[in-house]
Amino acid sequence: MTDKPINLPFRIAIVGSGPSGFYAAEALLRSEPPIEVDVFEKLPVPYGLVRYGVAPDHHKLKQVTRVFERIAQMEGFRLIGNVCVGEDVTVDALRQCYHAVIFANGAEREKDLGIDGECLDGSFSAREFVAWYNGHPHYRDLDIDFSHETAAVIGQGNVALDVARILLKSEAELSSTDIADYALEALSQSKVKKVHIIGRRGPVQAKFTDKELREFKTLPGCDPLVREEEFVLNAASHKELEDSTDAKLSTNLEIMQGFEFQPSSDHQKQCWFRFLQSPSRLMGENRVEALQLERCALVGEPLHQIPVPTGQLSRIDCGLVIRCIGYRAKRIPGLPYDTDKGVLRNNQGRLTKAGESLPGLYAVGWIKRGSSGTIGTNRGDSVDTVKQLLSDLPQLPEPQHSRSHILDSLTRSGLRHTSFGDWQKIDIEEVRQGQSLGKPRQKITTLPEMISVLDS
Amino acid sequence: MPHVVTGNCLGCRYTECVSVCPVECFHFDDTMNYIDPDVCIDCGGCIPACPVNAIYDSYNLPEEEMRWEAINQERSKELPVLSAPIDPLPGADEKKRELGL
Repeated sequence: MTDKPINLPFRIAIVGSGPSGFYAAEALLRSEPPIEVDVFEKLPVPYGLVRYGVAPDHHKLKQVTRVFERIAQMEGFRLIGNVCVGEDVTVDALRQCYHAVIFANGAEREKDLGIDGECLDGSFSAREFVAWYNGHPHYRDLDIDFSHETAAVIGQGNVALDVARILLKSEAELSSTDIADYALEALSQSKVKKVHIIGRRGPVQAKFTDKELREFKTLPGCDPLVREEEFVLNAASHKELEDSTDAKLSTNLEIMQGFEFQPSSDHQKQCWFRFLQSPSRLMGENRVEALQLERCALVGEPLHQIPVPTGQLSRIDCGLVIRCIGYRAKRIPGLPYDTDKGVLRNNQGRLTKAGESLPGLYAVGWIKRGSSGTIGTNRGDSVDTVKQLLSDLPQLPEPQHSRSHILDSLTRSGLRHTSFGDWQKIDIEEVRQGQSLGKPRQKITTLPEMISVLDS
Repeated sequence: MPHVVTGNCLGCRYTECVSVCPVECFHFDDTMNYIDPDVCIDCGGCIPACPVNAIYDSYNLPEEEMRWEAINQERSKELPVLSAPIDPLPGADEKKRELGL
């Protein structure tokens, strides 16, 4: 074996340009020796769930893109957008051009409830609904019917709160956000007045964060409500509350104790926080007409309680059901998949098969650890994977082809790939279009329109 | 509503907050960490990460910790940014125990 020539920069491909991809790029670009990083993105525009996941009314959170802009300016960074790894270019082709490939393409599928009627019209996953209101080109044409006055949101995390908030906010409140124009139009005609946020666990176990929960106390024209019989804590839940060093639990409970049992008037919208209810069936002829719930009891030791159905059934008549119960990664042909966790099988970010590391293949973000954490969780997570990669790097074989090989073959095939400079042009155009509307930006939501900004 | 590091950090300076901060808004000196309120994007990720519950959303800031808002504002501007976790201060674990955490 001969030593690698030291003047040759290593080059790494990252698949996906959301937070975990950008933070992995940053960790690589800050390391010694110099490393070149190509970030592949299937859409012409970057930022993944920061652009297409974070709720439009959480504008401040989106300012994290300033950090990504700085990373994109670092020496050795390249964005290759509008290129789908697995379709336009294979993983094998990437491996022939790069020393290593990092998968940062998140959790692109949802977990299922596994109940009857889940696929009826009018039943959507949060992934679909959130991508729709955020202007994702692949979801903009979803046909969502807001003509029924009741909607059910299943889940007890912040995604459920985002979805409920968007359903309940008025047109005036949403019109100053970067919500997609067609979504604002559809929601302005919405008849939805009552939203039930439904979960199997109790108020102590719900995964809401206090900041998001508190927003419901100040939603204009909307009462946050709980049901007295569902808002009771058993002995184990009291114990969980007492023993916890996490102040969040008691803060959340205090906020929800401020919710009412009765709506203040018929004119108000209503947001019902429902606990200890397990969705057991979606009912309807051709589309969702009702959701059947089964009352649960929490059973077990503190912190290990599980919801057990009691047989007591009820139903909510509704026209829309949105399931916010978590995401899982998409399978990628040839790569190891952990079905239980819904992630690529990995050990500290190294992909593994039968306990052995697969050289040169890594994962970061949700595709590595599942759909949890805040944006910043991905920073430490990506740094950890990159540490493993850097320690492996001297042993990884020199790729057969040069860095330009992939781009040359994409260009030859006629594919219009995009650069970070291209994104900046789209960004400027979106902000410009937003200005006259009083929005931070007016998102461009079709692929041809994005490309036409570049080629005009 | 920026986030604020308060007195529990003094003498501990754990940096779990730094590893989850998406925007590198933490600064530090020989005693504790400070958040630059003009850089913080209010993601809230640092609150549960802190082993000594030192970080608050300013909305939730207890009366007796109010002074830290101005201290974070002022000190963060003078001090270097902390872009990766560092060792806690000697005695941090003892202080954590004293705090009953």
